[in-house]
Amino acid sequence: MPIRSKTFCESYHDDIKLLDTIWSKCWMGLFILGLLILPYVTDTYIVYMVNLSSIAIVAAVGLNILTGFTGQISLGHSAFLAIGAYTAALLGEGLGMPFWITLPAGGVVSATVGILLGIPCLRLKGLYLAMATMSFGIMVEYVLITWKGLTGGERGMYMPEVNMLGHALDTDENMYYFLLCITALMIIAAKNIIRTRVGRAFIAVRDRDIAAEVMGVNLTGYKVMAFALSSFYAGVAGGMYAYVMGHIHPEHFTLLSSVEYLAMIIIGGLGSILGSIFGAVFIVAVPEGIKLLAQGVESLIPAMQGRYDEEWNIAVFGLLIMLFLIFEPGGLNAIWQRIKVGFKNWPFTY
Amino acid sequence: MYFLELVISGIAVGSLYALIAMGFVLIYKATGVLNFAQGEAIMVAAFICYYLVTRFGVPFWLAVPLTLIASALLGAVTERLVIRPLLGEPVFSVVMVTIGLSIFLRSMAGIIFGHHNYVFPSPFPVKPLQMAGIVLSHNHLWSMIISFSLMLIFFFFFKFARLGLGMRATANDQDTATLMGINIKSVYALTWGISFVVAGLAGVGLANVMVLNVGLAFVAISAFPAVILGGLESIPGAIIGGLTIGILENLAGGYLDQIVGGGVKDVTPFAVLFLVLMIKPYGLFGTKEVERV
Repeated sequence: MPIRSKTFCESYHDDIKLLDTIWSKCWMGLFILGLLILPYVTDTYIVYMVNLSSIAIVAAVGLNILTGFTGQISLGHSAFLAIGAYTAALLGEGLGMPFWITLPAGGVVSATVGILLGIPCLRLKGLYLAMATMSFGIMVEYVLITWKGLTGGERGMYMPEVNMLGHALDTDENMYYFLLCITALMIIAAKNIIRTRVGRAFIAVRDRDIAAEVMGVNLTGYKVMAFALSSFYAGVAGGMYAYVMGHIHPEHFTLLSSVEYLAMIIIGGLGSILGSIFGAVFIVAVPEGIKLLAQGVESLIPAMQGRYDEEWNIAVFGLLIMLFLIFEPGGLNAIWQRIKVGFKNWPFTY
Repeated sequence: MYFLELVISGIAVGSLYALIAMGFVLIYKATGVLNFAQGEAIMVAAFICYYLVTRFGVPFWLAVPLTLIASALLGAVTERLVIRPLLGEPVFSVVMVTIGLSIFLRSMAGIIFGHHNYVFPSPFPVKPLQMAGIVLSHNHLWSMIISFSLMLIFFFFFKFARLGLGMRATANDQDTATLMGINIKSVYALTWGISFVVAGLAGVGLANVMVLNVGLAFVAISAFPAVILGGLESIPGAIIGGLTIGILENLAGGYLDQIVGGGVKDVTPFAVLFLVLMIKPYGLFGTKEVERV
């Protein structure tokens, strides 16, 4: 068996392959197998957490397309999730439509709004864009609370269970496979978008928009496309969220949750699909970690009993955002790449 | 008469917005960063003042300067720990760090102070001033006086003082400013210190008008529209933007609330912000960023 050497490719096609070597194919196969048997080896709670992470993954991948790859900061991502979730709920609960209509419909409606927001936002950059998307998010939240006839206001909306070929997917295990398929599809699609012309144009816009335009990248078109794609992902994620939760409420789609998605892609790694996955799983797992830690501390020090509070989670989010930006701007993805390279070159340093 | 009443109370709220907006503008003018944690600085200052007055029995006139000193220290420490490591990094990272800082400070405050309301011991007489049928509380009068005098001070500071010019140079181009012999580090530390002092003033003012709780930090988010409307780097713009937003939000709340059913007042600033960004992104007095290839 040949020893794996440094990457070298003979054609451009080889260079952009998703799985470049036999080893990465094997590892990927093993990973997928692990995902498939997961519900049989763990308990329902873990499966539920994985379901939540898969929603977060789709949303984070969407935000990373806009913010990480195209460089357009968005502080209104959860507004697009809200639009997708409410569209899905209106179609699913109100009109009794099946999931294969509600989920794409949520995505499409959200993408349409994304385009409508993206066009006037074309002139804005950096801070100004962040402000515009933030105020958009706040306005959507206001509409959700105020337009009681459509959204149910503070009471929120209910969502039926997914109906797959006549069977209701009522357990977390059933939902798990359903969500796994959608998430996998969305990730593969994103991977493919990024390695084609469109993705390269996004990256060019991020790195130096004027230079990109000079080189023939249609700035208007690609910026609007990035907005549309990102909000489509958010819309689908919103629909998935509605199905998993069974009940949606304006409080699920606040400015804080937009910041949470930004935290995911910063902690995971900006401009990397794998990074968005890491970040999403990490952010979903962190509160659980804190809860466990708090329980441990409480059992050790009786004086700390009952001091745990949801507030600690948010504080840790803030702290993590700061720490990652200061000490590891590449995020978890950079750490992962370092580990990988370390193994590849072992026993040499480089 | 209803209209005039709304306008007057709008001016009163607006002068507080102006005070908050000035804190944003200071940091932006000197470092090119929008500080999302400004609201938390306001809230922390208000709590410091509250504890000084109620727990330690410090008289109000002494508590305010003490609060401002504490705020300045907090600002300098924040700069040293959080902002300094990112010197020379892209704006995106610095802005995100301030967002991280803001949710960290707010939730820590939630843990320490809890979420209930505190009653701030106001030193001003409850009875409002009355002049020619116009009613104005002492508190609002003071915040207006403070805003305008601060505006004058900062105007001259940025125009003539060596340090103020250094701050503007730093905002314009960090590298060139360093080459010209400006000590960027001390400029940063001072800017954050001064900006937190302004936040401290706003905090004491706000706590007098509103209830004191952790949610006070969100008022700063409502002051964003004022900053954008006035232009991100204009001190007079902050005042005019603040007053305009205050008046508009009161008018919208007064007239539209019956029609759509509540909450218009809170969302108006953001609708204005959105419109301003669409029509005139650099605000009324901001400098337009011109890019040449």
